[in-house]
Amino acid sequence: MKIIEVKNLNKIYHEGEINVHAVRGIDLVIEQGEFTAIVGPSGSGKTTLLNMIGGLDNPTEGEIVIDEINIGNLKSSQLTDFRMKNIGFVFQAYNLIPVLTAKENVEFIMHLQGKSKKERADRAIQLLEEVGLGERVNSRPSKLSGGQQQRVAVARALASKPKFILADEPTANLDSESTANLLDIMEKLNREENITFIFSTHDARVVNKARRVITIDDGKIMSDITK
Amino acid sequence: MILTVAWRNIWRNKRRTLITAASIFFALFFALMMRSLQIGTFDKIANDIVSSYTGHIQIHQEGYWDNQSINNVFDRDEKLEQEILKVKNIKAIVPRLESFALASTGENTKGCRVSGIIPDVENKTTKLKNTVVEGNYLTNNDQGAIIGDGLAKYLNISIGDTIVLIGQGYHAYSAAGKYAVRGIVHTSSPELNNNIVYLTLSNTQELYSTENRLTAISIILNDNGDITKIKKKILKLLDENIYEVMAWDELLFELKQLIDSKQDSSTIMLGLLYMIVGFGVFGTIVMMTSERWREFGLLVSIGMKKIKLMLIVFIETLLIGFLGIVFGFAISLPIIFHFNKNHINLTGDAAKAYTDLGFDPVMVFSNNPDFMISQIYIVIFIVLISVLYPILKLTRLKPAEALKK
Repeated sequence: MKIIEVKNLNKIYHEGEINVHAVRGIDLVIEQGEFTAIVGPSGSGKTTLLNMIGGLDNPTEGEIVIDEINIGNLKSSQLTDFRMKNIGFVFQAYNLIPVLTAKENVEFIMHLQGKSKKERADRAIQLLEEVGLGERVNSRPSKLSGGQQQRVAVARALASKPKFILADEPTANLDSESTANLLDIMEKLNREENITFIFSTHDARVVNKARRVITIDDGKIMSDITK
Repeated sequence: MILTVAWRNIWRNKRRTLITAASIFFALFFALMMRSLQIGTFDKIANDIVSSYTGHIQIHQEGYWDNQSINNVFDRDEKLEQEILKVKNIKAIVPRLESFALASTGENTKGCRVSGIIPDVENKTTKLKNTVVEGNYLTNNDQGAIIGDGLAKYLNISIGDTIVLIGQGYHAYSAAGKYAVRGIVHTSSPELNNNIVYLTLSNTQELYSTENRLTAISIILNDNGDITKIKKKILKLLDENIYEVMAWDELLFELKQLIDSKQDSSTIMLGLLYMIVGFGVFGTIVMMTSERWREFGLLVSIGMKKIKLMLIVFIETLLIGFLGIVFGFAISLPIIFHFNKNHINLTGDAAKAYTDLGFDPVMVFSNNPDFMISQIYIVIFIVLISVLYPILKLTRLKPAEALKK
């Protein structure tokens, strides 16, 4: 089932008098349950593409249709709501809320969704156990390693039961062991719960795990290989 | 959860939060002390004069206040007095005939203010009897006089001695009389102590040949309430061509001006102080916003509405303000209430300066909640102004750009 459809997507940044064409006419379809890596060198446009799919940035031209909704037609506050209900994010720098514990970080998005306290707590603990952090639910981010923080970020991304998860270079700051651990968790969630993952990465370990690899360079898709 | 996040956020940089809250605390403490002392002391001065002498409102013959001549008198109308008494919030009315005379004991002579009073009525309202420090208070048909202690000292007279009053009576009649000193009073007004001579109203009317006429009806209210409203009601009962009605702040215009000018200068000082504190709070907010811009980007990315984010920032700023307010009041209130009950008696040059101005040399702290609440409003106003910056900035937040920071 098709959940994301990108049509003729273009993004031009204006830096002073210079126009930077970050994404050039990309067409792309992502199906439910995919485990897809978008790869390419730095500055190739993969993060820009991910940001636009996630509704964090507006395309200069083109359409992004998610679950039959053209997100370009949504107002800013509708788009924020849309993100909360449909998209999970995992960032390179973890981006956890430093004043909240691991459990509270996971609960936070459910709080925004208006879930009850009990439902929030139960799901947060369940998700943290799934990512192997059942023992660290009350630890603040500063007390967790990079790998553990990224696993909390994955649990947070899953908390809102999104249609798909966008992970922007999720392993860039992790060591080998943490990377392997995180990838195993995400692969398991994809396999067992059919959760769609889309990564931007240039980490070979992620590419090896991915079942579909889309290579981007200079804002264009150079190859799209399904293993 | 929003409150939890806000509360924990303000403690992310403990030192900065404490310094900001402390600056609010010191400003508030200083403002509360200064205002309390100023309002308390000036209120006491005004209340002393109002309650012991002028009353809250006075009725005169039209033009009397500008030209306080014995010729500007009006016929006493007891029926009218009863009508005035029916106006809500009026406690009492005190008829008086007042003029000036020379007081002499043979050796010494001094200009004095002669006040003709009905002793019982006067005492019920202004508690004049309580100010008698030597001798006795006047009886209603007394032929004697009571005088201020400053005047008694100047004239070098004591109880039982005779004082001679010489002046000009109604329509240029000569006014002369001699009166035995029955008592000596010490009021809270040094000016009054130095020049007042009280006689019974009938004796004064006889002295000045005014028959049953008065210079003033002094009106005492139950509380300071709405004097302007009551003044209007009284005016409706009177013929404005014959009478003038004046509130205490018109009667004591110079005192009112002095109070207002002192308050204006302290308002400027406090304004500057609050402005400095305001910049401090603003600086903290700017730093907090700048440091957490990426985090704001994240929160909006994962679905937090900007309005909720603004609410968090607003609560954080308000919490810092409240910390300052709570500590400011916790330290200030016991001091204010202590010195409200225990007045500070001035001595030396300070006391002399007060006495020279005609005031009781006492400093009083006011515990009136109005001025305290207004300080809270000021702090909240500072917080509201400071929080405008992050709120306006948040309206322009672009999550993708913020996440790059």
